[in-house]
Amino acid sequence: MTAADIRPRSLRTRPSFADAVFRRTAFSAGGITVAIMLAVGIFLSINGGQALGVAGPSFLVEQEWSPETKHFGIAAVLFGTVTIAAVAMCVSVPLALGTSLLISEITRGRLRGFLVAMVDLMAAVPSVVFGLWGVFFLQDNIIPVSRWLSTYVGWAIPFLRVTDAQGHPLTDDSAFTSAAFIAGIVVGLMIVPTQTSVMREAFSQAPVGEREGALALGASRWGMIRTVVLPFGRGGIIGATMLGLGRGLGETIAVYMIISPIFTLNWQLLKTGSNSVSALIALRYGESSQFGLSALMAAGLALFLITLVINFGASIVVARSRSGAQTN
Amino acid sequence: MTLQQVNPQLLLKEIRADMDVDEDDGLAPARPAARVAPRTSIPDLTDVPEPPRRGLGRSTLSAKFDAIGSIVAAICFTALVYWWFSPFTGAFGALVVGYLVFLGFYALLVSIGNDRRAVADKIMTVLMISAGVVLFTALAFVVGFALFRGADALRHLNFFTQTMEFAGPLDPLSDGGIVHAILGTLIQISIALAITVPLGILTAVFLNEVGGRFARFVRTISDAMTALPSIVAGLFVYASLVHFVTHQKSGFAASMAITVMMLPIVIRASDVVLRLVAGNLREASYALGANRWKTVWHVVLPTARSGLVTAVILGTARGIGETSPVLLTSGVTAVMNLNPFSGPMISLPLQVFEFVKSPEPNMIARGFGTAAALVLLVVLLFIVARLIGGRPPGVQSNGERRRAAERSRDDLQRMTAAAAAVSLASVSAHVVATEFDPMPYEPPAEPAADPTSAKDPAPATEPASTTDPASDSEETPR
Repeated sequence: MTAADIRPRSLRTRPSFADAVFRRTAFSAGGITVAIMLAVGIFLSINGGQALGVAGPSFLVEQEWSPETKHFGIAAVLFGTVTIAAVAMCVSVPLALGTSLLISEITRGRLRGFLVAMVDLMAAVPSVVFGLWGVFFLQDNIIPVSRWLSTYVGWAIPFLRVTDAQGHPLTDDSAFTSAAFIAGIVVGLMIVPTQTSVMREAFSQAPVGEREGALALGASRWGMIRTVVLPFGRGGIIGATMLGLGRGLGETIAVYMIISPIFTLNWQLLKTGSNSVSALIALRYGESSQFGLSALMAAGLALFLITLVINFGASIVVARSRSGAQTN
Repeated sequence: MTLQQVNPQLLLKEIRADMDVDEDDGLAPARPAARVAPRTSIPDLTDVPEPPRRGLGRSTLSAKFDAIGSIVAAICFTALVYWWFSPFTGAFGALVVGYLVFLGFYALLVSIGNDRRAVADKIMTVLMISAGVVLFTALAFVVGFALFRGADALRHLNFFTQTMEFAGPLDPLSDGGIVHAILGTLIQISIALAITVPLGILTAVFLNEVGGRFARFVRTISDAMTALPSIVAGLFVYASLVHFVTHQKSGFAASMAITVMMLPIVIRASDVVLRLVAGNLREASYALGANRWKTVWHVVLPTARSGLVTAVILGTARGIGETSPVLLTSGVTAVMNLNPFSGPMISLPLQVFEFVKSPEPNMIARGFGTAAALVLLVVLLFIVARLIGGRPPGVQSNGERRRAAERSRDDLQRMTAAAAAVSLASVSAHVVATEFDPMPYEPPAEPAADPTSAKDPAPATEPASTTDPASDSEETPR
């Protein structure tokens, strides 16, 4: 045996038969998942692109929705979606912030476990139940509040004014029903549990050492929360808010049950009539021709892109805040 | 204030220590030789009764007075404003005014004896508690409203045994029911689960156990898909499957829409659970010579089982409750249809939606009854998920621990019996070999007779060297 024959032994391993099968199976599962999801994305893009090509850039500014006459755009529905989501945020963020701080900082032991379980349970309550509550209870009982807001606060904040076409203030009950305000409250309540559980998790990760340090330096409980818990949980707050926003933008059935659909920009939140992208799809899918369907898919694609951007932004913010908390 | 904060036990200790020293001093001249007495001594507290500890978590009397006083003041002030002075009306307005007045009075009362920071602390605490109270009241009210208004319909037993085939909108609640919607929901969710559970968990295993560049790509795509609005999932299935393949709305199309919606949720939740499985369990398995497949099947999946079950059940709860994907795909019917591949098949959430479209009070009552049934189903699923899951990976329930202990006892018996057989065989073969016995035989009754070995196997089995495999398998979760 000469020196030329001595070679390092190959360290490559050949997987056994069972391993090869396992790897193959796991790979194909991942492949199937990706195939399904890419199929959804590509199908929507191709079909929506057909309608987008016809509508052109006016798709973003046109308020009408009549694909039959080639006059259609998402300005009105997108505006309605955003107003409903904005009202929902105003309702949900303070409630979620307060409740998550209550659960993570004030309650202890069994009560805390119970509240955490309740929040998780509430996140699973079907949206149609919220819709029923909105239509049959809130709709009738919120009108005095709407009227009060439009009468006494409306002169200062133009969003809260309720006027007819000539600018005269309206006070009839019928002027306040089925408004974006009511839908926003219902959607807001629906997304609070999601936001609360994300925020609570972020707050509970605030380091114990810093908490005790703040308390040892004489901070009150609120002082400790303000200087330790909230700065550490800032990413969690932003991420939870955006996650809730993504869910609120896509909510269909509760909004569809409450609003009366219109296809104009309605700046007055308290006034009857609003719309949203998902309600538009639920309203028009049945009567649509092939081209009408592709127009709806373009609208759905626009909504999907918005929620996609919001969700990715949220996950980046949450991930960054988590890694920061660990290095500190 | 300072007197309150002094621990009486400590005070007593000090006093008794003083007394001891005095006593020593008094005795000192009598025996000067033995004078090595320490300057301090430990007092004997055996017969001193323990005074009650002050609860630090409880609020003091003055804090209680602040809270109760400002509540009473707020109620009186609001009543005064609303009943005597002013033209304000409305229960909601009274509530808001009363709350604001309460905050003001509370801040005032607290500020009498405390500084600004204490006032801020108290006010923020009150705000957090009221956020929680408002939220839980509102959510309980939403659910309770559905249950309350649905009680009328739920009271009739036929609501769960009949369909709406022969019941018109004007018929009383004693006619017609939702059994077709219940079965439709069960069929649709079963088909969706039959696809999402294997595919979702296998994909999560792929992301965690195989890894690589493609796995990162899969994770990105499935994270992106959690943002897909459910109505868009329904629209996709409607425009592709219903339009091009089946040409009719069907239960199968509805379950495909639910699948598209649920798959990313299940993947994400299972991924999180699998990521929590401790790495040293995997490494131990590899070190024992198991291959990847055996490690996943015998170590990773059993360890994460309760978390995986919870993930699947919570995904199921969301899939059952979502109306918008089935709104576009399942179709509406009043008759029983058990075939998912032909004809419309309604489900519970869609049935709620269809019922409350009608202006008839009886139909609305049926809608609330259906919603109540749906809520009860979701709560039931949630409770089951809590009972099964809720434990982190690797932590066993009592039953699991008992079963693992039983298995390890069986293993012990088997191994000792095998060792005995080997030593017997070697005795018959070479008589000399009895001098060397690698595994001394032990009567198997001993560990089996000890019931505590299920909880703590170490002390019961310590003397016997043969029990190593038993305690090994005890620690490996199965």
